[in-house]
Formats: sequence, C-alpha cells, structure tokens
Amino acid sequence: MTAATPTTPPGPDPLTPVLTRRWLSPRSWSIDTYEQLEGYEALRYALGKDPDRIIQLVKDSGLRGRGGAGFPTGMKWGFIPQGSTGPGAKPKYLVINADEGEPGTCKDIPTMMADPHSLVEGCIITSYAIRANFCAIYVRGEALHCIRRVRHAVEEAYAKGYLGKDILGSGFDLDIVVHAGAGAYICGEETALLDSLEGRRGQPRLKPPFPATAGLYASPTVVNNVETIASVPAIVSGGSDWFRAMGSEKSPGPKIYSVSGHVERPGQYEAPLGITLRQLLELAGGMKDGVPLKFWTPGGSSTPIFTAEHLDVPLDFEGAAAAGSMLGTTAVQVFNETVSVPWAVMKWTQFYKHESCGKCTPCREGTYWLELILERMVRGQGTEGDIETLLDVCDNILGRAFCALGDGATSPITSAIQYFRQEFLDLIAAQPAVAHPDQLAELSGATA
Amino acid sequence: MTLPGGNPEMNAPSAAAPDEVVWEPVVDDPAVVAPVFDELTRQRTKEIISRYPQPRSALLPLLHLVQSVEGFVSQDGIRYCAEALELTTAEVSAVATFYTMYKRTPCGQHLVSVCTNTLCATLGGDDIYGRLKEKLGVGHEETAGEPGTVGSITLEHAECLAACDLAPVLQVNYEFFDNQTVESAEALVDALQAGEKPNPTRGAPLTDFRTVEMELAGVFPDLARSVEGPSVADETLRGARLAADRGWRAPSMPDSPPDLPALPEKK
Ligand SMILES: Cc1cc2nc3c(=O)[nH]c(=O)nc-3n(C[C@H](O)[C@H](O)[C@H](O)COP(=O)(O)O)c2cc1C
Ligand code: SF4
Ligand code: FES
Repeated sequence: MTAATPTTPPGPDPLTPVLTRRWLSPRSWSIDTYEQLEGYEALRYALGKDPDRIIQLVKDSGLRGRGGAGFPTGMKWGFIPQGSTGPGAKPKYLVINADEGEPGTCKDIPTMMADPHSLVEGCIITSYAIRANFCAIYVRGEALHCIRRVRHAVEEAYAKGYLGKDILGSGFDLDIVVHAGAGAYICGEETALLDSLEGRRGQPRLKPPFPATAGLYASPTVVNNVETIASVPAIVSGGSDWFRAMGSEKSPGPKIYSVSGHVERPGQYEAPLGITLRQLLELAGGMKDGVPLKFWTPGGSSTPIFTAEHLDVPLDFEGAAAAGSMLGTTAVQVFNETVSVPWAVMKWTQFYKHESCGKCTPCREGTYWLELILERMVRGQGTEGDIETLLDVCDNILGRAFCALGDGATSPITSAIQYFRQEFLDLIAAQPAVAHPDQLAELSGATA
Repeated sequence: MTLPGGNPEMNAPSAAAPDEVVWEPVVDDPAVVAPVFDELTRQRTKEIISRYPQPRSALLPLLHLVQSVEGFVSQDGIRYCAEALELTTAEVSAVATFYTMYKRTPCGQHLVSVCTNTLCATLGGDDIYGRLKEKLGVGHEETAGEPGTVGSITLEHAECLAACDLAPVLQVNYEFFDNQTVESAEALVDALQAGEKPNPTRGAPLTDFRTVEMELAGVFPDLARSVEGPSVADETLRGARLAADRGWRAPSMPDSPPDLPALPEKK
C-alpha cells in the first residue's frame, strides 16, 4: 500500500465535520449559537410534511445506527406500526440511548456537551416521523455535565416553541424528558435500557418481541443512539445524495472516530466512514514518542482487537467485519508495544465480570472464571492448560449468552489469543515474571 | 391504589444488612416516612413523578433524590420511594442494589472516582488509584473522614468514564478532572481534604456529592450558572481544528433542503 498522506484524494476531504462542525463556535451549546448556524431550520422544513416521506428519506440516506450494531435507521423507524386501529393506535415512544459506556467509547458525551441542540432537533424530527409524543433521553448518570447541557437545551427549546404543545403551529405535540441512569453498562443494551427507564433493574428482555412492537410500557418504541439521531437534521437539510457523498455504498456518511491511547494527539476526528487506522494515525500525529503499535480496538473493547497488520483495513461496517472484527462505536484505542496483551485482556475481562447483569448463566459464571484464570496468569501462576480453558469458556459463552454483553466479553480474549498466543505462552513459561504495571510506569506521564 | 393490608415490611422493623448503618425509626408508625424527607422533598417527588407517562419510571430519579437528602440510600430512603410509587420495599431494594451509583453506606462530602479501565490504567490510572488508596487509607467505596463532614472523601475505582481521549481521568462528584498524574491527583485530594474546591477541567464548579445527586434527580438549583462550566478540551476539538486549519469540509449542502423522496408505490 502506498502511504496515504492526508493530501486531498478525489472524493470528500479527509475530515468532514458535520456533527462536529459547530464545536469550535463560542457557546456552541446555546440555542443562540445553534440558530445562527442553521439550527432548527431542518425542523421547520420537516414539520407539516408527510412523516412517511421523512422515514423514506432516512432509508434512502443509508444512515446506520451509530450505537454499535449498525442497523439501518430508516428501516427501524418503518417497523413502528401506524394507523388509528390495532397496534398502530398505541402511543409511540422515542428513546435516545445516551448511556455511552463501552470501554473506549467517548463520542456521544462530547457531542451532547458541545452541541446538544443537534440531538434535540433530531429527536423532534424523529418523533414527528414515527408519530411519538413522548421522548426520553437516557443519559449515563456519571455524565453529569452532559445532563445539564441537554436539560438546558430542552428548556431552551420549550421556551422557543420547538417543544410542547402545537410545535410551531404544526399541531404536533412533543415532550422530552432527560433521564439520568445510575451506573450500569448493561443499561446501554436497548431492552435493558427500557427496563431501567421503567424503574426496574436493567436486565435485557427476550427478543422478540422487539421494541418496535413492544418497547417502553409495551408500546411501539424506537431506540436510537445519540450520534444516529444528531445526524438526522443534517440529512433533512442536505438530502440523501449529500449524505451519501461521504463513506461507502453500504456504510454512508460521516462518523466520529475517537482516537485514544498511545498516539501523539488523541481526540475526536470526524471522517467519512471507511478511513483507515493508518490515515487516523497521520491525523493524530502518529504513535506517541514513536514507540511502535502493538494492538488496537476498532470500536471499543467488545470488538475483536486488531494489530499492525490491519493498518489499512477500511473502518466501515463491511471492512471491519471482513477483517474479523466489528466497527462497533469507532472507539479506536491504540496500544504500543510496551503493553502486555494478557494484562490488557485481564483488565477488560474484569470490566465484563463487573458489568455482567447476572441474568444468564453462561455470562455470569463464564466471566467469573475468565477473570480468575486471567488474574492468575498475570500474577505469574498460569498453567499450560489455561489457554485452552479460556477458549473453552469463551466458546460456552459466545452464541449462548442472553445478550451481546456476553459475546462481547469473549472478543478481547479470543482475538488476543489468535494474534498473541506466543505472548500468553511466554508469560506462562516465565512465571512468576509479569512486570506490570512497573513496565509501564515510565510511559505514564506520572514519572515522566 | 393502596394495598389493603399494607406490605409485609410495613409492620416489621427495618432489617439492615450487617455492614449497613442501622436506621433508628424516628416515628412510631414505621409506615410514615421519617421527617428527613421534608415538604420540599415531597413536592420535588411529585414534580419528578409527573414528568413520566407512568410513575414507576421516576424510581431512578427518586433514588438519586434520596441520596441528595441522606448522602446514601438507607432503608428509610427505600421505604420513602416505595410509598411514593406504591411499590413494595423489596421491589425498590432490588433496584437500588443493582446500580453502582446508589451507595449503601453514607458518603463523604466528595466522591472521588478514578477510572481504572484498560486504557486509563495503561496511562497511569491504576497507579493513581493505588496512590489515593494508600494516601486516604481506604479501599473501594470507603470513606476517609466522618461521612458528610467537610473534607471527607469516598473513594472508588470506576469503569470507563467515556473520556478515553483525555486519559487518565478521574471524577469528583461526577465532574471531570482530565489528563491526571499521580501528583496532580494527590494535590487534588489534599485540596479537597482542606475544604477547598478546585475547578474541574470539564464540568461545573465543584459543590458536593449531595448537591450533584439532586441534579441527577432532575432538580437543578442553578442550571443557568452550572451549565456554563467548560465542556471541551483540546482533545475534543482536535479533529474540528485540524479540518479548519487545512480547509477540509464536508461536501456542501444544497441551498435549501431537497424535496423529500416520494413514497414507493404500495404493491
Ligand atoms: C452490552 C451492550 C451495551 C450497549 N451500550 C450502548 C450504548 O451505550 N449506547 C448505544 O447507543 N448503544 C449501546 N448498545 C447498542 C444498543 O443495544 C442498540 O443497538 C442501540 O442503542 C441502537 O441504536 P442505533 O441503531 O442508533 O445504533 C449496547 C449494546 C449492548 C449489548
Ligand atoms: S449475557 Fe450477561 S449481561 Fe447479557 S443477559 Fe446474560 S448475564 Fe446479563
Ligand atoms: S478508559 Fe478511562 S475514560 Fe475510558
């Protein structure tokens, strides 16, 4: 591959700020700034139009869910039963998944803090399209300042007549409530989120029925991610062809890539879907202090890790999957060669063990044993059989767990063993010799 | 609806788990909630419930509200929520114990949460947590100092706080302190113990654990002011700045929104 320099190739620019385009403006989170920068114009255009045609627009745009699974958004909205009789007669709800907690993921919270009105406007247009009169924004509890910003934006929108009764004289009513979670990663799973929003323990529900038919209060419900819905006003303003001018046929549009870890300039980079890690590293100033890359996640800890072999994998839904991982949340966590793979995998496994909701046996018991085995290994007391035991336990979780958390827990382990089996073997052979965290002490700014 | 015979716990003294603070009933009739939940709290409770299509959805906010009054969720607080929502105390307990942010023992004036997930840990988060543990002489979810008094601190290690581009991070009362080092974290804790309130990197000026719990319940004492707290770091804006410097843009939009597509013919 010829080294791609960030000079303009044909097609869109290397970075295409759409969601991030207002972030540099003073008080970008206020309604004054938002309105000066075309805010709420898409809403004015959409209100009064045939809601089905808005759903069609989103289908045509090819927008896919930004919460991890990449489900086509317009299709999801189209599943909501409509009509004045039967299931269509029930109240319909829009629920925004702002529970951002997948390790590595840090895009929704900056979006809601810097530009909460894009989310609010997206919520109003979406609710109008699916004919919902109540929308809840479920924000992770630890994201307090973000909750303030979104709540303030909602209050500003009410004051301007964008929310409440008879919005802008259209006859459409909508209330939005900003709801704080209470610290549970599993509540990001959409059905667990609904249970939590109903005031219960956040544990996943059996699907089907899907939320589109029996969601919040057993009524038809759309659950979408923050970034998904914040994209909607731009799609209304720009149209589907404009949106499709970025990204690929099956993965169109811009996407916020959150680059973290051992790079010179970590941060949020909004690029067309399909950018590669090589290009992202160039934008982010390369590896920190020139120490070579060892492994990275394309989209959070639940997506199988990649290595330096994968620098040129296009980071869109198809590209990441074809290379054996998943696009996930485009949370690109970069680790250099000083980091012990078994140690990193142990840390992630401790996370899954802590966050397992306990509803199903494979995940509840499996993560417990995985954690114990990995901890023992990292302590320098691993045995030769441990690698096979880990793979065996993962095999008993993957595809057998009740929700995707269990599957996600196996990703770091199986992918790490796939690419770094020798490191696990060396660790076991060299017991009791694991030197973490001392081996990293010199790299943590602490001792620099 | 009121259950005819009340619920089982109504007639029994509250059972406290061994390491929980035992609640001394302050009124003879345990069905009447202790006056710690004053008239103002009751009004707020009604207001919170009224926001939702169904009352039970208010349970998570109400548990936050209880923490703002008590500094943790006591048996008393559980009973208060149960009565407000016509649930059993068992139902409320089941929920309160599920979520990490509801604390079962009284918290300090401040809650310090250090991210020790993989990425932060790699860049020093484990060292920060280890040092603070040593310094404060407490472990996970334990409090240094008399809970509630000025300078008392509850310490915890946290999972990924969705700020990995700013790693390693910690939070004080859920306000962000980004790009920390062992030294900066120690200095921060020293200041908190001395009764000072250093400004977070991102978030509103520090208050205390109980005040932010009220905000999490959806009751904002001064939203117009707190919302002004900074929210963007250099890292947040890096992509946007780079694009601006290089003149990179998304393709330009048409001057006015294009017509919405026609619907496909049905059958
Ligand atoms: C364990 C787990 C955690 C999840 N966490 C989140 C989350 O924090 N935010 C999110 O938007 N989606 C999360 N999801 C995905 C949601 O279940 C759901 O697919 C998504 O909210 C749908 O929105 P989208 O189509 O707009 O992406 C999670 C899924 C699982 C299994
Ligand atoms: S896979 Fe894990 S998180 Fe999901 S339902 Fe089972 S126990 Fe709960
Ligand atoms: S790992 Fe610490 S904020 Fe994500």
